[in-house]
Amino acid sequence: MRARLLVAPIPALLLLGAALLAPGCAKAPALDATPGPKILRFGNGTEPQDLDPHIVTGVTEHHIISALFEGLVTYDASSEGTAPGVAERWETSPDKLTWTFHLRPDARWSNGDSLTARDFLRSFQRILTPSLGSEYAYKLHHVVGAEEFTKGKITDFAQTGFSAPDDHTLVLRLKHPVPYLLEALKHYSWFPVHLPTIEKFGPADRRGSRWTLPANFVGNGPFVLKTWLSNQMITVERSPTYRGAVTPRLDGIAFYAVDSEDAEERMFRGGQLHVTQTVPLGRIDAYRSQPASPLVIAPYYGTYFYRFNTTRPPLDDARVRRALALAIDREAIVKNILRAGQEPALHFTPPYAGFTPGEVLRPELAEARRLLAAAGYPEGRGLRRIEILHNTMEAHKVVAEAIQQMWKTGLGVDVALRNEEWKVYLDSQHSLAFDVARSGWIGDYPDPHTFLDLWVSGGGNNNTGYANPAYDRLLATALNAPDEPARMAIYRELDAIITRDLPVLPLYFYKRVYLLSPKVRNWSSNILDNRGWQYLDLAN
Amino acid sequence: MLRFILKRLLETIPVLLVIVTATFFMLRLVPGGPFTAEKAVSKEIMQNLEAHYGLDKPLGRQYLSYLADLAPKRFAPWRLFADADRNGTLDFDLQAAFGINLGPSFKYPNRTVNEIIAGKLPASLELGLWALLVALALGITLGVLAAMRKNTGVDYAASTLAMVGICVPTFVMGPLLVLLFALHLRWFNASGWYIAADRVLPAATLGLVYAAYIARLTRGGMLEVLNQDYIRTARAKGASELRIVLRHALRGGLLPVVTFLGPAIAGIISGSFVIETIFQIPGLGREFVNSAFNRDYTLVSGTVLLYAGLIVGLNLVVDVIQVWLNPRLKFE
Repeated sequence: MRARLLVAPIPALLLLGAALLAPGCAKAPALDATPGPKILRFGNGTEPQDLDPHIVTGVTEHHIISALFEGLVTYDASSEGTAPGVAERWETSPDKLTWTFHLRPDARWSNGDSLTARDFLRSFQRILTPSLGSEYAYKLHHVVGAEEFTKGKITDFAQTGFSAPDDHTLVLRLKHPVPYLLEALKHYSWFPVHLPTIEKFGPADRRGSRWTLPANFVGNGPFVLKTWLSNQMITVERSPTYRGAVTPRLDGIAFYAVDSEDAEERMFRGGQLHVTQTVPLGRIDAYRSQPASPLVIAPYYGTYFYRFNTTRPPLDDARVRRALALAIDREAIVKNILRAGQEPALHFTPPYAGFTPGEVLRPELAEARRLLAAAGYPEGRGLRRIEILHNTMEAHKVVAEAIQQMWKTGLGVDVALRNEEWKVYLDSQHSLAFDVARSGWIGDYPDPHTFLDLWVSGGGNNNTGYANPAYDRLLATALNAPDEPARMAIYRELDAIITRDLPVLPLYFYKRVYLLSPKVRNWSSNILDNRGWQYLDLAN
Repeated sequence: MLRFILKRLLETIPVLLVIVTATFFMLRLVPGGPFTAEKAVSKEIMQNLEAHYGLDKPLGRQYLSYLADLAPKRFAPWRLFADADRNGTLDFDLQAAFGINLGPSFKYPNRTVNEIIAGKLPASLELGLWALLVALALGITLGVLAAMRKNTGVDYAASTLAMVGICVPTFVMGPLLVLLFALHLRWFNASGWYIAADRVLPAATLGLVYAAYIARLTRGGMLEVLNQDYIRTARAKGASELRIVLRHALRGGLLPVVTFLGPAIAGIISGSFVIETIFQIPGLGREFVNSAFNRDYTLVSGTVLLYAGLIVGLNLVVDVIQVWLNPRLKFE
């Protein structure tokens, strides 16, 4: 009997082990589609880093944080415009340097405390405090003294341009006019946090605080944090203390951390999600041909481009760069490879928010060949092999292969491809260890400034070696332009300089492709993929 | 036997030390760090971040202080589960039980590596146990059937099934099962780890691969044993076929399976990145792979150390079981 005795207990032990672990799952929230609480199930990409507005840096986090907190201003129902947030009204001084915000007297934190201008001051002080090491502190650097405070050059926060004359008035003194300030204020780096709560869990200026766990959390947004199951989902429910202009219609939102686009699409088909982040490339055509398709293709405020390393020959020669730029058939890339309605980019800055290009590329092979010959490389002879660096991802590889082909057949230029894992690629890009590098830029706020600011000489995000004093001088005048048409004219000229000098090679303007259930009502999504969650509703 | 086990346990200490050291320094050599981001981070902010996590100190000092944090400082296993079930999952606390501190996570500032491992290992463990159950039940049954009906239709069918199980990768099998059972038949959710039924498809996907290996190993082992003299003796004495298999042959026939199971169990319960991604299971496998992409130094080291410990421990268990099963082996 020994053999049977030995083997028989194995499955029994396994069952026992599994049964011991089973209670864990009994506590998980049940998902059902039956009428009842209106919970929007939102596919939210990767797991958020944290929910502390002063620590995080991602879009994933922005979705959740904009439900949990509210800044001075917020999105309107269309999500494109501005609606009052904690501030019910505001005014600007004639020189546009002083902004005064009048806060709602009934604004409350989710624990019932009243929210005052002092809360905002302490929050701004926290994000700017050097020891917190906030990567987005720079977003507040428009204000007098903010940058010096982050760098430790001034230590008295009273010397900065933030002040609160009374509990319901907040004043910002700016270094220079910021025409897009209201848009910038919608970013979470400007959101208030409840300092007394944070201080319960350690010094406010130390990272790694536990105040953002569901049991400890205090916010001021239309929703409050209910559960956080890491790598699964975060649920929020309607806040009883929120007194904004619009009372949230949803009972709650479940933000699913789904980091696989295939899994996400299957979840949508299985009825587990109302909205997805993206759609696998191979599924787009199938969805497009469906009647009443849930497929949404929406503009996204970003440009997909290649950086040239302008410090390395032969790419230091503008004629070579121009030849390469003119030899690309962007239409073919967009139509045959990407297939999601992207627009070919013949200049760098996306046409939005009053911006129109001053000059565009006119791809023409004959002109490209002529330029290459003029640079000393007729039909590509004598030109060394050029390497395209991209981060490891199929979509980047196929685009790079198409361009490799176009440069080879059109210009006779030999091209090699090099793919690197994300962080290695970022390291190569920051240290200019490349010839040509794939890149993308999504606007920080809906204004052309966020794109044209990139190419300032020595700028942290320049990564091309491009330095043009004339460009820098013109850019510096943009924010002081007397009016909006004058400001847009400056951006038009700046964009034209980039189109002429081509430190970067624009390829296409992004589109966001996602799936949306017809049950979702009042859906809106702005060009940066943000929205006011309080407006959304679900059909039963 | 006790001496054997103690000796082997002592031998694991240098093994783990080498693994920790290699992981620590290899991670630092890889380009890009935990705070490398697409958008530029100013010099001052980077310095503050590095200072907060002690990355500004010389590498040797960082290494020594990491080792000091890792070293067990107390022995209180009863406190391992004292704080259990805090977040709805079976939790354990290495810090309270042994004083092992795996450090803060760089990527997730409000969690420590101890917490992440404690929070994620149970899901991987549970998935692994169910999968193992599927693998053993299916694999041994198929293997025994094939051996008993050698070179018949049953044998060919079982062997073909096993071959298919080995050849079809989980990233094909998983979505196929989802397509059929979740999207067409609507019996299960497509992904997730919320209700008991969510365990079925991932456990089946992971279990099938191992079932295939186990079936082949069982068949081979059984065939060898069934040719032995003592089986012939049993037959001659008129024992029934079922009795021969269960009482006499299975013990010896399963030896290759046991050898295989040691490392296999370590792999199966420590989380499968592919399965966890397909089914969006909050397990340690996903966390491990992502931590390498994130350059979350402490989380990578912590999970590597845990896996190393699991593999070493399970190999020890297998060695003990083998001596028990095979009279020709002895503890030395």
